[in-house]
Amino acid sequence: MKLTFRLVATAALLAGQATLAGAQTTIVSTQLRPIEEAEKMRNVILKGAPDAVNFVPEDPNTYLTRMKAELGAAQGKVHATIGLDGELGPVNSLGGLQDLDDIVTKLGSSRQFSAAALSLGKLGGDKQRFVPLMTNTFQMVANKQALKHLPAGADINALTYAQLKAWAKAMKDATGEAKLGFPAGPRGLMHRFFQGSLYPSYTGGVVRTYANADAAAMWADFKDLWQYVNPRSTAYGFMEEPLKTGEVWVAFDHTARLLPALVDKPNDFVTFPAPSAGKGRGFMPVIVGISVPKNTPDRAAAERVIDHLTKPATQAVILREVGFFPIVKADLGQLSPGVQLAADGMNKVFSSKDGRASLLPAGLGAKNGEFNKVFIDTFTRIVLRNEDIKSVLAEQGKAMDQIMKDAAAPCWAPDASSGAAPCPVAQ
Amino acid sequence: MTNPHRLPYLLVAPSVAFLALLFLWPLAETVLMAFITPDGRTTGEYIAKMVGDLNFGVALRNTLILVAVIVPLQVCIALGLAMMLQKVERGRMTHLYVWTIPLGISDLAAGIVWLAILTDRGYLNSVLQLFGAIDGPTTWLSIRTPVALFVCVILAEIWRATAIVLVILVAGVQLIPKEYNEAAEVFGASAWQRFVKVTLPLLKPSLQSALILRTVLAFEVFAVVYALAGRDLPVLVGEAYNWQAQYQNTHVASAYALFILLVSIGSTLIYLRALRVRKETLA
Repeated sequence: MKLTFRLVATAALLAGQATLAGAQTTIVSTQLRPIEEAEKMRNVILKGAPDAVNFVPEDPNTYLTRMKAELGAAQGKVHATIGLDGELGPVNSLGGLQDLDDIVTKLGSSRQFSAAALSLGKLGGDKQRFVPLMTNTFQMVANKQALKHLPAGADINALTYAQLKAWAKAMKDATGEAKLGFPAGPRGLMHRFFQGSLYPSYTGGVVRTYANADAAAMWADFKDLWQYVNPRSTAYGFMEEPLKTGEVWVAFDHTARLLPALVDKPNDFVTFPAPSAGKGRGFMPVIVGISVPKNTPDRAAAERVIDHLTKPATQAVILREVGFFPIVKADLGQLSPGVQLAADGMNKVFSSKDGRASLLPAGLGAKNGEFNKVFIDTFTRIVLRNEDIKSVLAEQGKAMDQIMKDAAAPCWAPDASSGAAPCPVAQ
Repeated sequence: MTNPHRLPYLLVAPSVAFLALLFLWPLAETVLMAFITPDGRTTGEYIAKMVGDLNFGVALRNTLILVAVIVPLQVCIALGLAMMLQKVERGRMTHLYVWTIPLGISDLAAGIVWLAILTDRGYLNSVLQLFGAIDGPTTWLSIRTPVALFVCVILAEIWRATAIVLVILVAGVQLIPKEYNEAAEVFGASAWQRFVKVTLPLLKPSLQSALILRTVLAFEVFAVVYALAGRDLPVLVGEAYNWQAQYQNTHVASAYALFILLVSIGSTLIYLRALRVRKETLA
């Protein structure tokens, strides 16, 4: 009896492995990593795909290392890979991505891609290196309890940084706790706040204006704001957690990292765009794309899964399930209250009159991480360690300039074009 | 047949090969990474970048403070526990098992457990509020309260890693023959005298291994700090991780790894010298 059982179990195991190695299409993705999102990807979004799909989430921190290893393997195992344009760029500069122009042409006959997103998919070259898959952005969420502390005359959908400060101060005065929060922890996306909101709003640029007088004024302002910011911010990763517990009432983060709180308690929160300053209201559209590695084991299988994911119907499912916006024209139907809240917020961000789009850093290749570090280091030195703003900016500006030169990265929006030359930091 | 003189070497050959492949090779690679650019130039720029980084000095200081506080505390606690265990008549193994439970928990999980206790809306604040000690959520884990932050990390580390010292010391204590203590007792030595003059010297070999192991591990403290303090308490291994994973510069990460290795070797040599064990005390 026992023996038969063992035999059956072994056989089942072997059979299982056989199917694993056989017909599955493997996708390595830096997006949809939280377990709930990954499960939705596997069980809902990819369910109708023509082949069985093995969806493998990979930490963005180790993504490039993994793709290097995958590309170096004698036999490729990854059919397709999903990442931000800024994450696929470094893989592309290793020569690791296939040309997808034929696939885009073929798919274009049955769906309508956003033209801007398609051109981003060329990653600065003239061949299609990723097919845009979905889009997202950063926004702010406030607990409804915070609304009564809004400064008089302030419109939450057209807030300025001065009003945000007054609001944060009012909340602190009323509750004794700092209720404004930022994702400034090691797993947080604070650098995107600087690149996508603070810098473009105050200085109109990100790289060129890194160390100018506007930037100095901006840091002085932000340092002043920080006294009303929850001190735990430097440990926060995903703002949905402190929002849910009520530890903070007002927070900035990526929509996907706010969504769980909105879905959990749609009646408790409102969504709105990040504040504006002298140069407009900075915002950062995020494009997620899907690429095919050079050594994919089966290009046709990759094409089938790309076809499935970019179908208008699938795109609507993606928004409903994981809160990423469609990149092809799609009928969205009825949304759940939490997702609707996130979608409203995103619409407000994209349609604000004084909006100033700041794209994800491009062309930095392996220097991407050190580029982000410059922002975090500047923040640490000025705001957390109280160093002199002028001298910090002078030093960090030099570091930034060196990175741009090392990477030979030309300017991207909102900075004015520098042609093919590295984007200069004005002294 | 095989030459009997060769047999021992044949027997250790697999483990030597294993070490060479999985330890020496990566080590050599790391050293090369720290000093050679991708285009093959020898350079000191990665070391300079590491030393010049805004977090290097802070990380070194924090790591040294943590080692200096945690290791002696853990050895004292473990010594005390080991002595108490000697006196326990019934349920000795049960005690030992319970005390060593933290050994089975991963660093990060331990960090998260302590985070749940110490965070603003955690168990500690709830209990303190219940007894009226505080009015509302108090922040312990913040850059604005560096002492509290250090104390929290030290608490968590002591809870997590004292057991390894305990296990080594318990094994050492059991190796000490009863006769020495009995003889000392006959000559009228007090309990404290017996502990200082008999037990401690005979425990030296175990103490040495425990100290070396614990110190080297303490230099590698990372996950608990990462969970509790985030960016607020940089430590050396955390910086190595950041350079590799976030800033994606393997060369500077290798420089950090090398630096940690040197510090660990240095501390090991100091222990080996300070706690020299005479041959005759080794069984």
